[in-house]
Amino acid sequence: MSAPTDHRPHAPHATRPAGNEDMSSTVRAFEAYGDGDWDDIAREAIGEERIVVNMGPQHPSTHGVLRLMLEIDGETVTEARAGIGYLHTGIEKNMEFRTWTQGTTFCTRMDYVAPFFQEVGFCLAVEKLLGITDDVPERASVIRVLMMELNRITSHLVCLGTGGNEMGATTVMTVGFTAREEILRLFEAVTGLRMNHAYIRPGGVAVDTPEGFTTQARAALVKVRGYLKQMSDLMLANPIFKARLTGVGVLNLSGCMALAITGPVLRSTGLPYDVRKDNPYCGYETYDFDVPTSKGADCYDRAVLRIEECYQSLKIIEQAMERLDLTEGEPVMVADKKIAWPAQLAVGGDGQGNSLEHIKKIMGTSMEALIHHFKLVTEGFRVPVGQAWQTVEHPRGELGVHVVSDGGTRPYRAHFRDPSFNNLQGVSVMCEGGQVADVVVAVASLDPVLGGVDR
Amino acid sequence: MSDVTPGGDTRSTGEVQAPEDATRLEVVEVKRGMFGVGGSGDTSGYGGLVTPIAMPAASPRPYGSWFDQVVDVLSEVLTEAGVAPEEAIEKVVVDLHGADSADAQQAELTIDVAREHLVAVCQALRDDQDLRFELSLGVSGVHYPHDAGRELHAVYHLASVTHSRRLRLEVAAPDDDPHIPSTTSVYPSNDWHERETYDFFGIVFDGHPALTRIEMPDDWVGHPQRKDYPLGGIPVEYKGATVPPPDTRRSYS
Repeated sequence: MSAPTDHRPHAPHATRPAGNEDMSSTVRAFEAYGDGDWDDIAREAIGEERIVVNMGPQHPSTHGVLRLMLEIDGETVTEARAGIGYLHTGIEKNMEFRTWTQGTTFCTRMDYVAPFFQEVGFCLAVEKLLGITDDVPERASVIRVLMMELNRITSHLVCLGTGGNEMGATTVMTVGFTAREEILRLFEAVTGLRMNHAYIRPGGVAVDTPEGFTTQARAALVKVRGYLKQMSDLMLANPIFKARLTGVGVLNLSGCMALAITGPVLRSTGLPYDVRKDNPYCGYETYDFDVPTSKGADCYDRAVLRIEECYQSLKIIEQAMERLDLTEGEPVMVADKKIAWPAQLAVGGDGQGNSLEHIKKIMGTSMEALIHHFKLVTEGFRVPVGQAWQTVEHPRGELGVHVVSDGGTRPYRAHFRDPSFNNLQGVSVMCEGGQVADVVVAVASLDPVLGGVDR
Repeated sequence: MSDVTPGGDTRSTGEVQAPEDATRLEVVEVKRGMFGVGGSGDTSGYGGLVTPIAMPAASPRPYGSWFDQVVDVLSEVLTEAGVAPEEAIEKVVVDLHGADSADAQQAELTIDVAREHLVAVCQALRDDQDLRFELSLGVSGVHYPHDAGRELHAVYHLASVTHSRRLRLEVAAPDDDPHIPSTTSVYPSNDWHERETYDFFGIVFDGHPALTRIEMPDDWVGHPQRKDYPLGGIPVEYKGATVPPPDTRRSYS
């Protein structure tokens, strides 16, 4: 214990310079107030006790740098607000100074847990502006669907795994991440990278799938299916898991519609709204799959839905792989040589992404091809003036991409409506009135990824 | 973008004429020279090139697909609500995006709305059973410094779950009066999206419950996504030269 006069925070005389007569009178007045007795201060405060707790931005259960400002009364949350912006990197502004093709390199880094969705959304929007939507080869669309659905599984696995970990179920996390690793290896085989692929390009995809990919994928997906079974066995009938999630973070249909919350959270209220069905792209209308829904509108139902969606994704993946086998050798980029990069790039024996045949041609026989290649890669292609909007069904909801072109080689404006950004508005409604421990569960059920929220 | 090239061709400072079929909304950008940068001492002769960039003009009737019906019903509902539709709806643009008809999946409908009638239009679009655009997928700002008197645009993306339709509302405000009414009373989900647009573009959404910055720090000066926002260079020096800010570099755009 220190002396009574030191109890006041920022005791004025402690910081004032000595010998200042004007100040000393203020100090005396301050000392006279309340006699420095904590009992008086506590007595005054009774009845309006208000504790505000900052959860985050550095908190392991907030999925990154999300800041939650919770006003609590005992263990009950009376007010909850989300604060964001800690991971704002200005990706949208940066995209205005890079070519349309380089745009995919930026947008893939937004929601880094589900990179393919930003890439596909952006490329579909650019293809709209270019007027080549119908020219994208079928094989490119099949590969896009395949990558997105694989990515949906990895994203849901991260959601369930980290969500379980935050509640203390470490095994759920380890199983989830092990399963995700299987799929990340497939990504690596196709794109060369586990995340941040920049693989989907305006007009198609960067490179065809490697030889024997479907065989490798089928073997991996058998394992993934096994891990999914393990996860649902671990979670869904577990009494502790159910007790923590059932009836927590409830948000009904009208709440979801008012806050424009989409994805599994919306479907847990019973509305089968899915962009893949509602406004299909990449040929989703030709695939056979269901949109699972439930009625509980709580965190437990969202977990069940995510597992169910993984199985539906597996169903789509199987169909996509059949088509991949059927379209072997077909182009994966539009035929227009003013948009498609001339080389069908492939990782060569030296590990470099070069097509030796193409290099032989441009260096040896065709100066024009060399110039054209150089212009297309450095300058990029021009996109007609206008604006386009494209939405895709992201694992977290509806992802929207708004691109504006001024006819140049770079976007005039690119805006991403990230589902996590929008869905975080639901934090207040879902957490207020619940326990502090429920906040963790409710936020996990929204599954925000802050890279996407802040962009 | 600077508009005078010292010692350059005087044509570049002349009045830029919009294409004849363009309405006052269309010219959104004026490009000068061949490589997008003025004042670079470019002696190629291309520095005098002046290209007005015009957005697609208003579409003639019939728009095709369900677009006519939506515009008609919207006009009716607005009239019933006491708003003159010709005042509220400034322009209707149909972007076919390379398709043959508006029935194609990629065709899009944009309705340009006068800002004072924005909330009434949103209300009508949300509530009428033939329109039913229940879902607002957010607000996106665009800054067109050359669209005189209408520099700041806010673009609203609406979706109808009932009818599986999507449309876009576009609202403009001048730079010196950057006010647009808030749509949060109709679409509460636009709360954060309007804050984001305010943060990045400085558009003030009147009636918003708490219009504060959302991504940038509270004490940040300026609105970073505006085209006139000063960009920093990269402090990389090589023999006295530095890499200039990206908007002043020579570019192909």
